[in-house]
Amino acid sequence: MNALAAIGEALVLIGTFFYFLSALGLIRMPDVYNRMQTSTKSATLGSLGVMVGVGIWALGTDFGSAAWLVKTIAIATFLLLTNPISAHALIRAAYKSGIPLWEGSVVDKYREHLEAKEKVAEEAPAEEGGEE
Amino acid sequence: MIGINVYLALIAIATLLSMYRVFRGPTTVDRLVAVDIMTTITAGLMVLFALYYERMIFLDVALVYAMLAFGGVIAFARYMEGGL
Repeated sequence: MNALAAIGEALVLIGTFFYFLSALGLIRMPDVYNRMQTSTKSATLGSLGVMVGVGIWALGTDFGSAAWLVKTIAIATFLLLTNPISAHALIRAAYKSGIPLWEGSVVDKYREHLEAKEKVAEEAPAEEGGEE
Repeated sequence: MIGINVYLALIAIATLLSMYRVFRGPTTVDRLVAVDIMTTITAGLMVLFALYYERMIFLDVALVYAMLAFGGVIAFARYMEGGL
C-alpha cells in the first residue's frame, strides 16, 4: 500500500510544480494572449496531476478508500473539459474588445479568417446576381 | 517523501504570483485571466486540504467551487464581449 502513496505523492509534486510554472508564465509573458497560452495549459495539467495524485495517495493511507479516487477523477475530468472552454471564451473576449497583439507577434490567423469570411460574404451576392 | 507542507507552500507561491498579475495587469482581461488561474489553483488547494485534514467532504466542496468558477468566468467573458 505504501507504493501507492509514493506514486500519488510524486504526481502531486509534479502537479504543484506545474501550478508554479503557470503562475510564472502569467508573470513573465509579454501580452494577454501569450499569458493565456502559457498559464492555462500548464494549470490544467497541474490540476490533473494534483487531483489524480491525491486520489492515488489516499488509497495508500489508512483512512482512504476507492471513493477518493473516483471523486478526484470526476473533478479532474470536469476541469479538463471546462478549462479550455473558459480560456477560449476569455481570449475571444479579449480579441473582440480590441486588445492589440504584442509587437513581436507575426501571425494573426483569426484576423485572416475574419477577412476571408468577409470577402466571401461580399462576393457571394455578386456571383448570384451574375448567374441570373 | 517530501511532505504535504511543501506542496501547500508551492501553491501559496503560485497564488501570490497570480495576485501580482491581478493587481498589476494593464487590461481587464489580464486580471480575468489571472483570476481564472487562481480559481483553478484554489480547486487543487481544496483537494489537497481534503487529504491534509483527512475529510472527504472537501472534495465535494472543490467540485462545486470548480463549477461555480467556470460559470463566473463564462459570464465575465460574455460581459467583456458585449453580449451580456
